[in-house]
Amino acid sequence: MQKNVISMLAVMAVAGTAISAGTAVSAETLRWSSSGDALTFDPHSEVDASTRAINGIMYERLITRDPSLNLVPGLATSWEPIEGENAWLLKLRKGVTFHEGQDFNAQDVVFSITRTQAPTSAYIKLMSSIASVEVINDYEVKLITTDPNPILPAQLTSIMIMDSDWAEENGVVEPQNFTTKEETYAVRHANGTGPFKLVSRAPDEQTIMARNEDWWGWSDHSGNIDTIEFRPIANAATRVASLLSGELDFVLDPPLQDIQRIKGAEGLKIETVPEVRTIFFGMKQSAEPLKSSNITDVNPFADVRVRLAVNHALDLAAIQRVVMDGNSFPTGMLTSPSVFGSTPELDAPYGYDPEKSKALMAEAGYADGFSVQLDCPNDRYLNDEKICQAAVAMLARIGINVTLEATPKNIHFTKVNDKDTDFFLIGWGVPTLDSQYPMEYLLEAGGRANAAEYDNSQVNDLIGEIRKEMNPETRLDLIHQAWQIARDEAPYAPVHHQVISWAMVSDLDLPISADNTPRFEFAVKNAN
Amino acid sequence: MPIPMKSQMTMIDTDKTSRLSRFLDNDVVWSFTHSPMAMIAGLATLFFFSVALFAPIIAPFNPFDPAQVMLWDGKLPPAWAAGGQSQYILGTDDQGRDLLSTMLYGGRLSILVGLAAVLLGMVLGTTLGVISGFAGGLTDVVIMRIADVQLTIPGILTAIMINGFGRAFLPIEYHNQFAIYFVIIAIGLSDWPQFARVTRGATMVERNKEYVQAARVIGLPSWLIILRHVLPNVMRSVIVLSTLSFAIAIISEATLSFLGQGIPSTTPSLGTLIRVGNEYLFSGLWWIAFFPSLVLVLLVFSVNLLGDKLRDILDPKLR
Repeated sequence: MQKNVISMLAVMAVAGTAISAGTAVSAETLRWSSSGDALTFDPHSEVDASTRAINGIMYERLITRDPSLNLVPGLATSWEPIEGENAWLLKLRKGVTFHEGQDFNAQDVVFSITRTQAPTSAYIKLMSSIASVEVINDYEVKLITTDPNPILPAQLTSIMIMDSDWAEENGVVEPQNFTTKEETYAVRHANGTGPFKLVSRAPDEQTIMARNEDWWGWSDHSGNIDTIEFRPIANAATRVASLLSGELDFVLDPPLQDIQRIKGAEGLKIETVPEVRTIFFGMKQSAEPLKSSNITDVNPFADVRVRLAVNHALDLAAIQRVVMDGNSFPTGMLTSPSVFGSTPELDAPYGYDPEKSKALMAEAGYADGFSVQLDCPNDRYLNDEKICQAAVAMLARIGINVTLEATPKNIHFTKVNDKDTDFFLIGWGVPTLDSQYPMEYLLEAGGRANAAEYDNSQVNDLIGEIRKEMNPETRLDLIHQAWQIARDEAPYAPVHHQVISWAMVSDLDLPISADNTPRFEFAVKNAN
Repeated sequence: MPIPMKSQMTMIDTDKTSRLSRFLDNDVVWSFTHSPMAMIAGLATLFFFSVALFAPIIAPFNPFDPAQVMLWDGKLPPAWAAGGQSQYILGTDDQGRDLLSTMLYGGRLSILVGLAAVLLGMVLGTTLGVISGFAGGLTDVVIMRIADVQLTIPGILTAIMINGFGRAFLPIEYHNQFAIYFVIIAIGLSDWPQFARVTRGATMVERNKEYVQAARVIGLPSWLIILRHVLPNVMRSVIVLSTLSFAIAIISEATLSFLGQGIPSTTPSLGTLIRVGNEYLFSGLWWIAFFPSLVLVLLVFSVNLLGDKLRDILDPKLR
């Protein structure tokens, strides 16, 4: 018995030194966690955010984004529209090899883009503008589009490149059918060209990746990480506890209410950046009366003065400080500052002014107010239901008597998609980082998320031009015009841009970015 | 249990003043007033009930009126703590509602739900229990086996299940409006077997006593015997049980609301307040969860103690 105890102590002592030695030597191991694991390693079968972020460590795109989300060369070194044709010419990077040794060339680009257009691909819609891909030579391809497509480079940042031979050898020419949970070779194996390659994979437990010394980009990326250990932890409190106890170096998604605690902990820091996701209220402005209002002959929201009154009644600073604990950026716009077309003037909130609101309400003939139902999700955005509760109180003070209906997201978004709501809260992200995307969804008549039923012929025409204008400056001018009209007519009441917070150890230098994607090729640990 | 004499009853009916003095002279009342614990528990329960009843008069704010809720005053600590404001004695919740007022209104909801649920469970359980005990045979077997099956499942689980069924059958738009009724029905239905078992046992004892047999002999119908003779004699146990069940019902409501299955957060009950407060425990806003929890504990404790003492007094075997 005693012998056992001694040997146990000895083992513990050895293990102890091993651990302390481990932390000293393996300084370049980065251990991180988030709530969700990649659902699959097949880069074209799911668009889920965690899946994209984790696959993006191993797979690369033709055109990619730096931490500030500027378009930068990835596997393509240059891209430009071809005069007189609906096409883009891409020059490819030479001397790139996949993790398993295959060479990267034009065939892989043709293969990957064709693969994203297969029926089981999650990117069909995004790639629908590409009519065909033409190989000019091994390192030049021509992407032919059905119409002029000025934002094709931005769309290409979503498409990861696979090796055609590897796919054929392993029978994964078509993307995995994710909805039927099909199991293919590509689901648990990855063969990209990226800065890290897969070492081991246990779904929902642990994924280990090692530095790809052959990566083309190391010459101009300062990252010093050798091994990445990823361990998804679904429970937020456990995730934070693991970080506090030193088991992790980085947590992608710490809960809002624990951020102060992490900030106060020694050796830990919080990085924040505005997320490309904006939260706002929509007001149905069609001609027929609202379903849930006591005003049954006209629609109060059809009057621009009422919509402006709602905007001026919302105390966005209070929502920011009290509801969001400071973790939000109040706004007067439907899209985030990192999106092409946003300006500080457009982004400025309308301004809290209840007196002006009351005056506008009286002017519009609603001095006694009116009642309406507000539909709100309660499990989709950060503190969504609490934002709605706060708005109910603020609107009550200008005479709008709001009944709050907070429901889980599947029910809420059914109402929004069916445009079966008078007054609603939604948030909108912009994967292309271009104003065209939110405009098509939220402002254009018949837009899929335009549950406000906003319909302004001038705005509709502008959006039509924006879609086709190839000159960036002219296009930017058109975008500004459209946003300005939307600001004056206030079809929505913007609240704020969400904030991304990353929690990490103080000696880790990892640039945060608004797309919530960690770029480990930039990560430097123990810099001093 | 002697049958009240006719002469005795007429005397009570005619002489009102001596009725009160007779009531106070009653041995139950005597035992109650001479047990300090029973008096404390009784007064505390009375206090909670009257505070709940007069909440709109006592509360400094109306937390259910959105125009009175100031978001800027959200998350304020109690008045005596640093940063507290004197008009919010116990601080404010995450939306800027005065915590004291919200607790008064919330306690009112909790007590209301508790009373209604116990009433439902009591009526249902007592009826089934008396029928079961009096009829015997197959009726008894069927009713009691159903009760046994339900007793094997924890009450709160049954309540969650019934609540879930209720919600599934109603369009989601009406959930908030009807949430309180769901909770009452769910708790009431999960509670009836207790009442059924107790009343069945008591009924079986009474059934074979001479006065019941006498009533049968003179040809009274069964329902009349149950109503006139059996029921009054099993009511003592029912009263004791309902006090204890009331405490459990309040806890069940709080549990359901804590799990997000109960009263919505726009009109919070004590349980809902604790759920909301629980999210802020780590970030240092202790008061949002602490005060509602304290009130809940004290309320349940005093009701429980009262029930316990009542049992001591009313149960002839313990006297």
